[in-house]
Amino acid sequence: MTQTNEPLLRVDNLTMMYGDRVGCKDVSFELRPGEVLGIVGESGSGKSTLLRSISAQQEPTNGVVEYQTRIDGVRDVYQMSEAQRRLLMRTDWAFVHQNPRDGLRMNVSAGANIGERLMAIGDRHYGNIRSNADSWLGKVEIASERLDDLPSTFSGGMQQRLQIARNLVTSPRLVFMDEPTGGLDVSVQARLLDLLRGLVHDLNLAVIIVTHDLAVARLLSHRLMVMQQGKVIEHGLTDQVLDDPQHPYTQLLVSSILQN
Amino acid sequence: MSEMLHAQNVAKSFTLHTQGSVTIPVFEGVEFALSSGECIALTGESGSGKSTFMRMLYANYTCSKGSIKVFHDGDWLDITTASPHSILEIRKRTLGYVSQFLRVIPRVPTLEIVAEPLVALGTSRETAMDKARDLLTRLRIPERLWQLSPLTFSGGEQQRVNIARGFIADYPIMLLDEPTASLDAQNRATVLELIEEAKSRGAAIAGIFHDHETRDAVCTGSFDVTSYKVGAND
Repeated sequence: MTQTNEPLLRVDNLTMMYGDRVGCKDVSFELRPGEVLGIVGESGSGKSTLLRSISAQQEPTNGVVEYQTRIDGVRDVYQMSEAQRRLLMRTDWAFVHQNPRDGLRMNVSAGANIGERLMAIGDRHYGNIRSNADSWLGKVEIASERLDDLPSTFSGGMQQRLQIARNLVTSPRLVFMDEPTGGLDVSVQARLLDLLRGLVHDLNLAVIIVTHDLAVARLLSHRLMVMQQGKVIEHGLTDQVLDDPQHPYTQLLVSSILQN
Repeated sequence: MSEMLHAQNVAKSFTLHTQGSVTIPVFEGVEFALSSGECIALTGESGSGKSTFMRMLYANYTCSKGSIKVFHDGDWLDITTASPHSILEIRKRTLGYVSQFLRVIPRVPTLEIVAEPLVALGTSRETAMDKARDLLTRLRIPERLWQLSPLTFSGGEQQRVNIARGFIADYPIMLLDEPTASLDAQNRATVLELIEEAKSRGAAIAGIFHDHETRDAVCTGSFDVTSYKVGAND
């Protein structure tokens, strides 16, 4: 899983308030390179709020998010300049949205969607960009002949895989995923899970994945955090949390799964 | 024979918050040790907690009290207090577990699933694949099935894929939960061979075996979990 014990990301006492209402409260954890952290909990439990606050999309009310940058060592994400933070977000970080339409540009070709992230970090050689985009289409199992097609002509599962290719082309080290298998039917989900697991392993990606699907959490994540009403109520080894849950809410969550 | 695993004064109870917060005490004061070259049968009637105890040894279940120390990379680590990172490292390199259930991502070929633990240890893909082919052959899984997901296989075939995956890496400690249940005589004999081979390379093994023949054939000792059941000595 990991060669180093140095955390890549450190979240300390993160709190997000919407007026008097709690988004998420006092969340602390560390994440190492190559480690997959699952965040589960019902709708409205603060999972997505937490993900947005960690990934610099929404400044938290309180708390610290520190990241081990490639060049400058450990930096407080919210103390960086806007330009530094934006560079981090489009190079070393990636964000996979539940709805591919939120993560793709629907009016430019699949190839351009992938190439755009490369151009954003200074790649200017058209031939390189195109061949890199083509090779990433292959990795996410989309045929080369679709390189010039618009994502709007793709199926939901293909759009999601294109979004993943667009995100991973810059070789990020940390990927945020918000319900990446959410809107997909079961057979497409399995394919995406298989793909994600392979990429996480081959590229040694650290991942924070928000999901309400405990089966997805079990198959992808090393550690699991269970949230309820904005707070982390249980946190530990994935199979321990799912097979021997201690907190009443986790027990309810686990016992509510339909057996097959 | 050197000691590889040592449980001391271990207790376990379950609190069922969704069912009136009733607490079910299971074990107390468990003392258990396992050395290399041994194969200890966990015994006790159905429902006595053999699988529960095995899951505690694997850190799949938490303990309410006590310690379970595992000899990992030249050090003793207590898996009841170890961090998730350490537990995953221990499972990757020291502690193998053959469960009764196959949990895999649909679509991944059987061969990959069997080879995976060895690849994770840094063995080359070719070597891991060769060993996976060898094990699947020995366990009589027909070659035409190797590129398919085992989720479509019969119960007995899935069980054998699980065994191949569990035996591909030479774990110093192995936990076997009914490895021969639902197997025919030929395949049961192969599993017994695999257990013997593991013993002779020095693995420390604890197993749950549903039949006496298997137990008598491979086990060097037994451990009755019922003697540590809460209330057993009242």
